Amino acid sequence: MTDLTKNADAGAPAEFMVEAEDVHKSFGRVEVLKGIDLQVKPGEVMCVVGPSGSGKSTFLRCVNHLEKINSGRLWVNGRLMGYREKNGRLYELRDREVAAQRRDIGMVFQRFNLFPHMTALENVMEAPLRVKRRPKAEVRTRAEELLERVGLADRMGNYPSQLSGGQQQRVAIARALAMDPALMLFDEPTSALDPELVGEVLTVMQQLAADGMTMMVVTHEMGFAREVGDSLVFMDGGVIVEQGDPREVLADPSHPRTREFFSKVL
Amino acid sequence: MAPQQEPAERVRPETIKAVPVRHPGRWVTAAVLLVLAAQFVHMLVTNPAFQWAYVVDNAFRPPVIEGVRTSLILMVLAMIIGVVLGIVLAVMRLSDNPILRGVSWLYIWVFRALPRLVLAILFGNMGVLYAEFSFGLPFTEQFADLLGVDINGTLFSVDATTLLTGFMAGLLALALSEAAYMAEIVRAGLLSVDPGQTEAAAALGMSKLQITRRIVLPQAMRVILPPTGSETIVMLKDTSLVAYVPVTNELFFQLQAIGNREFQPFPMLVAACLWYLALTSVLLVGQYFLEKRFSRGTGEQSGANRAKTRLRIMKGAQ
Repeated sequence: MTDLTKNADAGAPAEFMVEAEDVHKSFGRVEVLKGIDLQVKPGEVMCVVGPSGSGKSTFLRCVNHLEKINSGRLWVNGRLMGYREKNGRLYELRDREVAAQRRDIGMVFQRFNLFPHMTALENVMEAPLRVKRRPKAEVRTRAEELLERVGLADRMGNYPSQLSGGQQQRVAIARALAMDPALMLFDEPTSALDPELVGEVLTVMQQLAADGMTMMVVTHEMGFAREVGDSLVFMDGGVIVEQGDPREVLADPSHPRTREFFSKVL
Repeated sequence: MAPQQEPAERVRPETIKAVPVRHPGRWVTAAVLLVLAAQFVHMLVTNPAFQWAYVVDNAFRPPVIEGVRTSLILMVLAMIIGVVLGIVLAVMRLSDNPILRGVSWLYIWVFRALPRLVLAILFGNMGVLYAEFSFGLPFTEQFADLLGVDINGTLFSVDATTLLTGFMAGLLALALSEAAYMAEIVRAGLLSVDPGQTEAAAALGMSKLQITRRIVLPQAMRVILPPTGSETIVMLKDTSLVAYVPVTNELFFQLQAIGNREFQPFPMLVAACLWYLALTSVLLVGQYFLEKRFSRGTGEQSGANRAKTRLRIMKGAQ
């Protein structure tokens, strides 16, 4: 199988791809994240599971700064997300600088969020063309290659409304990969799909994992977590309740809350 | 569970041939409308007040054609300024900055409250307010008085009469008023776009400007275009208001002038109706193609077809 990933980052490799230190996040008076500490090693596939409202999606959105954290620190690839620390003070990054940080982080959404006024091919080409300003011919070749790899060679000219949910989500994955990200975030990528379409998306993700991509996957697919995940994090009530090797945690959860959750979903 | 039948035993039932539901009410309505239409056409042809020959002879005289040209130029310029300023106002209205939001709200409030006819006359009389317009640093005179020094912050100045010609005054009145309406239309369009679109684009590392221009606006266009088409048509008709600035070389003024001069006002009013009807029809064709262009990726059904489908569902399948 050919390599789906291309490591674009030329800097010294950071020890951790993602490092969170006591991350807190509140919406108004509701505290959604109550101190998250975790590390994701380069090449690791981390699955984040938990009941709805546990804060797992919010945490994922903090990683690429779609949500601002209230306290704590969050590094991606060795860079502090959203801020510059100088002489013990934090300075907010400008929109332009935040955008630059996000370029190395791909994100796949539950509801796909493809651009409906563009064809599948145009969706994949948009960011490399406009953000990286790569030459059109090169971008096109790469986009066609990516769509082929996710099994949509014959659907490139279709608009999202002409594609099934599974096909749309695969285009969304290709769109994120077109920026050559160092890290991929998946926010419940199969939750909005018909059951029979879940498999095609998981297959693409599994292939991506096998190619060595660093991935954080918020999911309810325990089978995927067991088969593909290198680590499993169980979140509830805004904290990490338990984490470890997915096979061990799923087979023998140590915390009663984890046991209760798995007994319902497995 | 129904018992399984042998496929060989089943015969395809014959096609249903039923008597369709009759709609006598529709037939009666259609007949009444036909009679009324016939009466109207008969009146148009036989009533001597229309003087069709006079209408045809005078509706295309050079000053009238010049008037059509002025009205069209006014419409196009007023709409361009109105749309651009409207987009700016809409973006301001959705900004995080309360001052930008407030200024936009104030502008929209004022210009939607004032009738265009009043605005047109007001702008025509602007010369009373300022003898000349100067551009430079703000409040320099006041500061100079306060500090007792002599500062000249004026960069350049123009006579009010050179800048605010009738045409400019009329154009400004129409364009500034249009901007207020366009701002509300654009705002509704921007708000209609799923926030997930902005998030997806932001996650790809696109800048705010790129997201607005490449992702949000093109999708908002589907909501913005139909009312903008109506606004354009309204604008074409409202160019007749600048006659009161006064702008004398626009369409309505010219037709009226001919009518008044030759004591034939009514036929020239009819000519005006026909001109506006014709020009509006051309705009409608343009609107159709524009809407088609911006409905890419949203399914094949046009708005009219969608409405028909909805009506059919409401009435039950026929």
